Amino acid sequence: MTFWITQALNGISFGMLLFLLAAGLSLIYGLMRMLNLAHGSYYILGGYVGLAAIHVTGSFVLAALAATATVTVVGIVMERFFLRRFPEQELPQALLTFGFLLIFADLSLWLWGGTPQTLPKPEIFERSIRIGTIVFPTYRLFVIGIGLVVGLGLWWLQEGTRLGAKIRAGVDDAEMARGTGVNVGLLSTAVFAFGAFLAGLGGIIGGPFVGVYPGADFEILEMALVVVIIGGLGSLKGAFVGGLLVGLLDNFGKALFPELALFTVFAPMAVILAVRPTGLFGAR
Amino acid sequence: MSARVASGAVALAVLIGLPAVLSSYQLSLLTKMLIFGIFAMSLDLLLGYAGLPSLGHAAYFGVAAYTVGLLALKVANNFWIDFPAGLLMAAGVSALFGLFALRTRGSYFLMITLALGQVLWGIAFGWRSLTGGDDGLPSVPRPRLPLPWSLTEGIPFYYFVLLCFALALGLLALIVRSPFGRALVGIRESERRMEVLGYDVWRYKYVAFILAGLFAGLAGNLFVYFNGFVSPSYLNILFSASALLMVILGGAGTLVGPAIGAAVIVGLENFISAYMERWVLVLGVIYVLVTLFAPSGLVGLVRQRLGSART
Repeated sequence: MTFWITQALNGISFGMLLFLLAAGLSLIYGLMRMLNLAHGSYYILGGYVGLAAIHVTGSFVLAALAATATVTVVGIVMERFFLRRFPEQELPQALLTFGFLLIFADLSLWLWGGTPQTLPKPEIFERSIRIGTIVFPTYRLFVIGIGLVVGLGLWWLQEGTRLGAKIRAGVDDAEMARGTGVNVGLLSTAVFAFGAFLAGLGGIIGGPFVGVYPGADFEILEMALVVVIIGGLGSLKGAFVGGLLVGLLDNFGKALFPELALFTVFAPMAVILAVRPTGLFGAR
Repeated sequence: MSARVASGAVALAVLIGLPAVLSSYQLSLLTKMLIFGIFAMSLDLLLGYAGLPSLGHAAYFGVAAYTVGLLALKVANNFWIDFPAGLLMAAGVSALFGLFALRTRGSYFLMITLALGQVLWGIAFGWRSLTGGDDGLPSVPRPRLPLPWSLTEGIPFYYFVLLCFALALGLLALIVRSPFGRALVGIRESERRMEVLGYDVWRYKYVAFILAGLFAGLAGNLFVYFNGFVSPSYLNILFSASALLMVILGGAGTLVGPAIGAAVIVGLENFISAYMERWVLVLGVIYVLVTLFAPSGLVGLVRQRLGSART
């Protein structure tokens, strides 16, 4: 029983991390029909910049600010100066963002070396709590909390605010939204920046338990892609449910069938695809 | 058309004559270029003609390579069994993946081909007892054929690869010029129009998908003999993406263009890796530059230049 509860909590906390990444990927696709393969790079950039900032300042909060700010700026530059030139052209977008993925991967390797690193946890989350026989690190609970807060915040932003209404209008029909006076260009940059921000946040939040290392960008990207394939591109609910599902599948897969680790994630994805090609909550 | 035949004949003559002047190292580089040329042309059938941007094309390349490697090492090093088995497995896996991937289009197609390719990578990486996991399968022998020359030598192996390349190019050229190939172009331009005209669009795309997998498998077969080694990296997204880059760099929908694109990338990798460690960085910059400045490829640039010279 202890095994199941501990693994479930591990899976949920990893799922929340995946949700942070998939939400950005999904929102960006939803509004701009733009597939950003460099999204995994934002994760490692967040992690590495956070690590460097912790060494300098010693503060997790300041490091989080530095990391997310850096990644947000990188996102804005990519959207404004590169991706914007290729609206609704999936192939140039894929090649361009894959190029950035390679550039960031090699630059990170150059700057920070090839040794896997983990970020130190904030001091207040160093401990574990014990309930009966179950011992669980408080940091994992903190990650679950962050995921829930971001999820609720995004849901409120999308459903309860004027900005959210504009974004939904843009997702449904960019041309009509433009016609009613919504500045879709500015909105696109803002959403892209916000998606990058969430991925950078993922890097700093995931840094203490997943770590940052060469190749983490690809692994995180693949996992996030599976999440949005399962959940449906453009759907926040899909990113949340898909994130939880993939997080749990990955954790139990690794614990129960170590030889087939990735397979336990990809096989259910194929099944869902066969039944619903646009994912559980995807439109069209 | 006659100019094209003439330039093709000249190119072939040059390729046949080159072993006489190249060092064994240069010859092995040229062999690698031809193998990746086949790989890039196979993707061109899908991308350039049927308009299907696959980001998982390494799957078929890798499956063929693993099939040949496993059979040669663990069953028998028999060319007449191993080679067709590699092709068959590549076609079989693409027939399976096509069922999933062709339910989607656009970005979804890109993501799903990528994810399906990763499934195989995951298996190759995780199933250590069969595939050797991360270490791969070392010392795969080259085939013994009833020929006076041994394929373990550089020059006979080069001619063997050149023959495969010429056959692949010829067959693919026939395919794209056939009514089937014309229909693929029609589907690329407007799927709905082809449907209205009574074409079974799905079936055309499915056959193209399997054919592309088959030719990718041919490249995978040759590459495992070339390297004498298989590893999960053959199934990697880096391989799939570089195939896309080769096609775009050369010029999608031209067959010869992607083969040239493959030669350029393989050559650059070799040249730059010899001088600096940052090949991946340079490759990333090439992706960005090609997308920004040469979206219709080298062949497109040459055509533009010729076109503007005429006017």
